[in-house]
Amino acid sequence: MNPYPDFRQKSPPLEGLGEANQKVIEVRDLVKKFGSFVANDHLNFDVYKGEIFGFLGANGAGKTTAMKILCGLSSPTSGKVKVAGFDIYKETEKVKRNIGYMSQKFSLYEDLTIAENIRFYSGIYGIKPAERKVKMEQLLKNLDIESARDSLIGSLPLGWKQKLAFSVAIFHDPKIVFLDEPTGGVDPITRRKFWDLIYEASDRGITVFVTTHYMDEAEYCNRVSIMNEGKIEALDTPENLKQQYGVKNMDEVFLKIARNKE
Amino acid sequence: MISIQNISKSYKDVPAVRDISFEVQKGELFGLIGPDGAGKTTLMRILMTLLIQDEGKATMNKLDVVNDYKEIRKIVGYMPGRFSLYQDLTVEENLNFFATVFKTTVAENYELIKDIYIQIEPFKNRLAGKLSGGMKQKLALSCALIHKPEILVLDEPTTGVDAVSRKEFWDMLKKLQKQGITILVSTPYMDEAVLCNRVALMQKGKVLDINTPQKLIENYTRKLYAIRSKDMHQLIQDLRAWEKTDSAFAFGQYLHVTGKDDEVEATEFENYLLKKNHLELQVFDIPPTIEDVFMDRMAEQ
Amino acid sequence: MGDLGGFFMKQFIGFLRKEFLHIFRDPRTMVIIFGIPIVQLMLFGKVISTDIQNVKIGILDQSHDNTTKKITSKLLSSGYFVLAKELQPGEDVEEVFRKGIAKMVVNFGPNFEQNLERDGKQDVQLLADASDPNTARILTSYAGGIINDYVKKEKLQNIQLPNQINIEVRMLYNEGLKSVYMFVPGIMAMILMLISAMMTSISISKEKELGTMEVLLASPLKPIQIVLGKVTPYLLLSFINALTIILLGVFVFGVPIKGSFFLLMGESFLFIMMALSLGILISTVAPNQMVAMFISLLGLMLPTILLSGFIFPIRNMPLPLQIVSNIIPPRWFIVIIRNIMLKGTGILYIWKETLVLVFMSFTFIALSIKNFKIRLE
Repeated sequence: MNPYPDFRQKSPPLEGLGEANQKVIEVRDLVKKFGSFVANDHLNFDVYKGEIFGFLGANGAGKTTAMKILCGLSSPTSGKVKVAGFDIYKETEKVKRNIGYMSQKFSLYEDLTIAENIRFYSGIYGIKPAERKVKMEQLLKNLDIESARDSLIGSLPLGWKQKLAFSVAIFHDPKIVFLDEPTGGVDPITRRKFWDLIYEASDRGITVFVTTHYMDEAEYCNRVSIMNEGKIEALDTPENLKQQYGVKNMDEVFLKIARNKE
Repeated sequence: MISIQNISKSYKDVPAVRDISFEVQKGELFGLIGPDGAGKTTLMRILMTLLIQDEGKATMNKLDVVNDYKEIRKIVGYMPGRFSLYQDLTVEENLNFFATVFKTTVAENYELIKDIYIQIEPFKNRLAGKLSGGMKQKLALSCALIHKPEILVLDEPTTGVDAVSRKEFWDMLKKLQKQGITILVSTPYMDEAVLCNRVALMQKGKVLDINTPQKLIENYTRKLYAIRSKDMHQLIQDLRAWEKTDSAFAFGQYLHVTGKDDEVEATEFENYLLKKNHLELQVFDIPPTIEDVFMDRMAEQ
Repeated sequence: MGDLGGFFMKQFIGFLRKEFLHIFRDPRTMVIIFGIPIVQLMLFGKVISTDIQNVKIGILDQSHDNTTKKITSKLLSSGYFVLAKELQPGEDVEEVFRKGIAKMVVNFGPNFEQNLERDGKQDVQLLADASDPNTARILTSYAGGIINDYVKKEKLQNIQLPNQINIEVRMLYNEGLKSVYMFVPGIMAMILMLISAMMTSISISKEKELGTMEVLLASPLKPIQIVLGKVTPYLLLSFINALTIILLGVFVFGVPIKGSFFLLMGESFLFIMMALSLGILISTVAPNQMVAMFISLLGLMLPTILLSGFIFPIRNMPLPLQIVSNIIPPRWFIVIIRNIMLKGTGILYIWKETLVLVFMSFTFIALSIKNFKIRLE
């Protein structure tokens, strides 16, 4: 028995989001099995345009598996998944054109300069040179790193790298950007500056799908889902979740959900 | 128990640790708090006799880290950044191996690791590579404890581990501390600082401050406000645009805000933000967290 | 002290147990160790075998005298060649090749016997289908060998067949010209090099890569325990390999062991030790498995195959390469094994090569000890 209201039927709260309720991710009964192990057990959720969607869960809860499926890197055992309006089974290539991806591990080529990296990614996504030049100038100006355009990525501080990696991940104006623990190991100020970028992207209408181990970052999301043992145990705004569980912060919500299960 | 005097270390021309000095008392749980690149790992490797410092002197239980490295290696338990387990050996095989390496047996020191090991014992025939992050962490700790070390050095044991496992891990450290083991632990998570007896806040190879977490917070003399409104992103932009704001950073569901020279009152913030049409506005005093302290010290640098 | 010694052994045995678990638990390692030697030997021995049997040839005999007839029958009775076609003067030789009727044509000029006895020399033309150059080269050299052999044995001492007929020196000790005899020592050198040097270097650098080396270094383990613990399993496995290859060679391919079996095993042991110390040396400079693998493959395997005399005879190499080949350990080992197995010589004839291997082993061990770090870089 689920003691909490069924979030699946609830219309999503979209406070502060000007956009119409346009679904950019639709997941219905998503199941992924590895042999007898069920990594994703009937996941159901929608993500809306411009939303910052926090995807939380303990290690091994099935987050990474689900994220790989949404990015078109892995196919589900069963279920229906639409990303950016395209079916991830049949239109994987179109899905890939419309998403951006950034992880803590891989971001940019360390032995190429900023400009060369941008040029490379523009090539992948078919951005025309003229457009690229304009956007690149703007990007460098936004991040205040115009002087470093010809510096090798490897020579930059971690904070810069992460901001750049994010900016490059949304350089082709994807509908959705997936961020896999983007702020691991950075100092508290840089971490917050990174979230400023996330907000900016969201303001531009880019949907942000983000995983994190920092529970305070869960509070910055419009909505948060918490996975446990392959299932989504909770999905709501941070505010509502705290109310539901009668606790003060997301950290406690998380602990309650994970503990209840054990 | 651990003494560090003016330690510096550079890799080629890049300084990793710059002139660090502090002492850790016997039985203390001491935290090195800081982001990647703060020099935590380098400092720990110097203490673990794995690197030689360029300058300065360090001792572990009065043994010099350069000259007495053989003796130190016998009395210290070490858990490096990545859990150093043999992925292709089972839980039990890993433990037995580290026991023989340290010239002991699992049975001999079972008492010490019992509380931790008992949680992973049901999986003792599973390969270490197939364990979840939390269980790997527990196994790695058991392995580091197997020879009953006097000092335990743990390099970011909670990085990449979920909140539940992190909490459990700190509970285990507290228990070990009660048994008289001196523990030096590093972490990038600021909220874990309050779980230590004393902490060194580190950034770019330097120590920003050393004290008990309570003292660090007490010593923070600035006026700090928590502010929130319906549109948080607009709120942060409006605050940063205001000339009377010194800093404004997101902290969970609130912004933590300081005014120029700490002379801005809560009502002033409120009036300014109401003029900017913020709805559901809340402004109130808030005690600082370690993270506030850290960010303040960073800004000073 | 005895107690300390006991601990030393206990630690060491614990380490050894772990190493064996690593090896036996990784199917890839098992395949490399036990599969590759067998596959390699079979491959070189059978499939890529350069031995020739019943190859179709054409004969264009413009003399039809005693000598040409005898030579022809020698060729055909050798077992290497069968007569596909007797060509007539003026017939198109190329067509014979194009239609695939024969792979080689032997052309005796007019008045063969007469000219030979009068001038003491006579040309025999060997035309081969060089679309398969390797086979062509072998066919001509076999045929040349047989013809020369005949002339030497049957004709007067001062009569020689000159010109385009070359005889491979290797025929001296491999009268049957069986290439498998050549390959067994080469493959043995290659496999032992691969298993010993590559596997040790990979297994040590793997610990560096995974961070477990950090814990080992921070423990009371002595470097000598780590090194011996890493080396011992591979010493054993390589030795088993050496035995397997020799047994396969003897029983499957009929390669003889004319010399002392124990000397052979002793020399193999020496070579394995050399390769192991080389492996440790590689691991001291390689930061991860990838680099160790590359150094082993490019720095050891290729030279072993190309420069050791295994496939290409050293004396046919350009001088610079001949000089380089001297620092390739398998070059010396191959000479040793060929001597023991095929010639049956004793230590008296191979002490120089043996000393070279001993010297190399000590050099590598010394360098490894100098390079092995008790700390991280």
